[in-house]
Amino acid sequence: MSKILNVDQLGKTYASGSKQLQVLDDISFSIQTGETFAIVGPSGSGKTTLLGLCAGLDYPDTGTVELCGTDLGHLNEDARARLRNEKVGFIFQNFQLLPTLTALENVVVPLELQGAKNPAKIGRELLGKVGLENRMHHYPSQLSGGEQQRVALARAFSNNPSILFADEPTGNLDQDTGDRVVQLLFDLNKEAGTTLVIVSHDLELAQKCQRLLRLRGGKIVADELLIES
Amino acid sequence: MRDASIPVRQAGWKWLFKMAWRDSKASGGRLVLFVASIILGIAAVVSIQSFSKNLEENIALQSKALMGADFIIDSNQLPNEKVLAIIDSLGGADGRSVEFGSMAVFPKTSATKLVGVRGIEGGYPFYGELETEPVTAAKVYQESGGALVDATLMLQYGLHQGDSVKLGNAVFPIVGTLISAPGTSALGASVAPPVIIPYDAVEHTGLIQVGSRISYDYFFVAEPDQDLEELDRVIDPQLDVENADLDTHIDTAAQLGKSYDNFGKFLNLIAFIALLLGCVGVASSVQIYIKEKLRSVAVLKCIGASRKQTFLIYLIQIAGMGLLGGIIGVLGGLLLQQSFPLLLQGFLPFEVQISLVPSALWSGLVLGILVSVLFALLPLTYTWFVSPLQVLRVEENESQKSRKAQFWVAMGIVLFVFLFSFWLLGSALYALYFVGSILAIFALLGGVAIFFMKSIKKYFPVSWGFTARQSLLNLYRPNNQTTILILSIGVGAFLISTLYFTKDILLAQLSLETSQDTPNLILLDVQSDEKGAAAESITASGLPVLNNIPIITMRMHQIKERPVREIILDSTSTINQWILFHEFRVTYRDSLVASERTIEGSWPLERKDNGIVPISLSDNVAADAQVKLGDTLVFNVQGVLMETKVAHLREVDWARLQVNFSILFPSGVLEEAPQFHVLTTNAPNPIISAELQQKLVRQFPTVSIIDLRQVLTVIEDILGKIAWVINFMAFFSILTGIIVLVGSVRTSKFQRIKENVLLRTLGAKSKQILRIATLEYFYLGLLGGGIGILLSLLGSFLLARFVFEVSFVPSAIPFLVVLPGILFLVVFIGLLNSKMVLQSPPLHVLRKEGI
Repeated sequence: MSKILNVDQLGKTYASGSKQLQVLDDISFSIQTGETFAIVGPSGSGKTTLLGLCAGLDYPDTGTVELCGTDLGHLNEDARARLRNEKVGFIFQNFQLLPTLTALENVVVPLELQGAKNPAKIGRELLGKVGLENRMHHYPSQLSGGEQQRVALARAFSNNPSILFADEPTGNLDQDTGDRVVQLLFDLNKEAGTTLVIVSHDLELAQKCQRLLRLRGGKIVADELLIES
Repeated sequence: MRDASIPVRQAGWKWLFKMAWRDSKASGGRLVLFVASIILGIAAVVSIQSFSKNLEENIALQSKALMGADFIIDSNQLPNEKVLAIIDSLGGADGRSVEFGSMAVFPKTSATKLVGVRGIEGGYPFYGELETEPVTAAKVYQESGGALVDATLMLQYGLHQGDSVKLGNAVFPIVGTLISAPGTSALGASVAPPVIIPYDAVEHTGLIQVGSRISYDYFFVAEPDQDLEELDRVIDPQLDVENADLDTHIDTAAQLGKSYDNFGKFLNLIAFIALLLGCVGVASSVQIYIKEKLRSVAVLKCIGASRKQTFLIYLIQIAGMGLLGGIIGVLGGLLLQQSFPLLLQGFLPFEVQISLVPSALWSGLVLGILVSVLFALLPLTYTWFVSPLQVLRVEENESQKSRKAQFWVAMGIVLFVFLFSFWLLGSALYALYFVGSILAIFALLGGVAIFFMKSIKKYFPVSWGFTARQSLLNLYRPNNQTTILILSIGVGAFLISTLYFTKDILLAQLSLETSQDTPNLILLDVQSDEKGAAAESITASGLPVLNNIPIITMRMHQIKERPVREIILDSTSTINQWILFHEFRVTYRDSLVASERTIEGSWPLERKDNGIVPISLSDNVAADAQVKLGDTLVFNVQGVLMETKVAHLREVDWARLQVNFSILFPSGVLEEAPQFHVLTTNAPNPIISAELQQKLVRQFPTVSIIDLRQVLTVIEDILGKIAWVINFMAFFSILTGIIVLVGSVRTSKFQRIKENVLLRTLGAKSKQILRIATLEYFYLGLLGGGIGILLSLLGSFLLARFVFEVSFVPSAIPFLVVLPGILFLVVFIGLLNSKMVLQSPPLHVLRKEGI
């Protein structure tokens, strides 16, 4: 199996008042294609910062990130956006749907950006898979939290991504809804054969993954193999 | 950085338009006010542009009808042989008229009125028509020897067809009402309404005497292929030497067009200010709108949209809204254009045919899009620089790059304002002044707003009560609208107040002093043999004769030892032409009057041993004749040449409604010259004035009387009409200001609701929240309105002091009416928007607003 994500000696600091705050320090790891990977740690451990850097949403101070065989350090912002559109899917804690677009329109945006043919057909199929065939033309404000996250799932898989980043996917949902969304996430992932990177402080969710990376104070404290692929 | 091997994305313009449409479907309602401010600004600009163009076209089209002939030869004296020879060489005149001011008596009521008598011969007018009621009267008056009397005059004096009018020694039956006639100006007709009689009948009136101010006009119909411009070029200089003039319908129309063009430009500027204010509204609403969209922009970037794509989605949306605003604005402008002839009734000397002006329509549409995009660019630059990382965490720091982009956008806006003003005014210097003034006003208002916010922060009154403190805190909260509100309220207040103050300045110039020593009735054309009897009549009525001024007419014959005829033929001479042809009305006296002030030389004038006569010149005549103290002038005093020397220069306040002179002679020189007199008196009220006028006109039919009270009323009436039109246009600015105000209040509504709900949740009473909001809007209204009015006061003072050179006593209306009005409006609109928060339980509000 080939590496889909390779992180080498990554470091990131933020200005906090007059001081510099080291959020990530010398982080190195790699993820194999098709692997399910969890990053866990307490609040302020640098999980979300690491996710942002791995997905090319932010620039590291030191180190390199190689995503889908491309060194992100060599890409400008638009080229990174293009790479995300082609290869990456996202799920966020607060869903991040476009409020002025219907469920179907939200799902098809990544496909439309690629210039795909008949994106609506793919979008309808995906919304059917997440059980929202009757809510396609509803706006996010007309959907419940669980429904919104299912739309986000359909959107994340719409461009058939090589890697999917999920930031606290159940953080804003109640237990039952969260469980159903997680089940759906893993089912869709298995079906599509996508690499899955989950950031969470929920250990129960993290332990459903094959590998688990523990962060504390911006450093890796453990890299555990939970389930053999 | 290289783009690596990422494939080129194919989503193109179609997708961008689709996304813009999708987004605006759900949130376009938030930009309704933005569209409204564009609509108003564009409507104002399009209507004025179209109407100005219509006016220009109508003047050109109706130029012959305005003059009634192809060309005219006119003279203020009976044409001499040379002029008559020129008229004959042109095939003889097709018609002629003689025109002069005189008192008319209406025997029905014994009322008297100064009128403009016009005796007409031949088929004049050859173009256009004498519009009369009944229509046949326009022809009948010539055959029947009757008179056509101005419609307003007929109405004012309760006259009807069949009544009579006495002019001098002759009585004429009124055969019809004169509604309009070519060559009559509205202003002239207001002071001396026209009365038309047959040419031959003028002699019977006995009104043409020495010193009478008479205009002789000879009307011509040109041959179809006659080159009028060439005729003007060849004949006019020959006539000039003989104190006559040739005017073609083309140059008369051009002159008329020019004077209306200036008025149109002024209205255009007011319309442009309305549009600029709308632009402030655009920038303000788009800023809040885009701030709400930044999260969506980050999401789009996160899932693969480029900076250009996200920027273009919102740019297309704004341009679309601008186009929509432009279309509705153009339609509104067309409707408004229809109303202008009605608004300007009595101000235009002809009827204006309204037609579509494609250039104005196109410019309205282009302008709609252009100003929307340009003024939205400032907030739109945020979309370019927003990081996709914002999907994970909110970053508020504005980058250096974004500030640089905004600087260039701001420069673009200033350039646009300059270019647009240049296009409107046709002068780079005036455009620069305009842009400078606008920038200064905006900068001052903006500066005051920022200073105010900083001052509150620094010297925050911690001892104040909760509601007073909270209302002050609201003024500098994040996303506050303080600057934009103070700007819009301030500019609106500035405009309205300036209109009032300017009107005050114009009226102050023409003010009539009311003391008993100040003349308000002027008797003109009093012959020497009538002088004593006229003065007796005045004193017999118990009124004083305030002035008894002798007047002698003369022309300049030689300036600084150079004959005037030679100067006329010298094309290099820079002496002002009017000096060479003017018939001066001169008096002699040994004292200066209140409207005069010595600039140079000694007064009184003293003639030594019958030597050269020392004279006094007004500064404007000295400048135009290019003479200074000590220079010699030779005058032709009705055939006798008289050598004089400039011994005294005066400044004359011509705006004073009194008899002023440009040339003064010393006593003891002109006493024996043929002369007539001007007598003045002060009638304490209109009834006594009317009685005296009736008495004098009966006794002295050739004397004209000017009632300054009436003249002032007429001028006030005309100023009122102009002010009404200006007010109407300013209304657009004010309405736009209100929309900007509503927009600003609405866009900050969500912020306010959050705070108010929080306050209510913590236990604040409705009364307290209401008081906080009332106080906040009160501060904004007071600050914006107050500063706007003060700036206007300062500007008007400078205008009065340095341009009009009059003392400025400001009207109290801006302080007593405009400021309280603005305060009420701001507080009312503000509270109306807070109504929902006050009336509903917190949870309901939270759900409804989707917070």
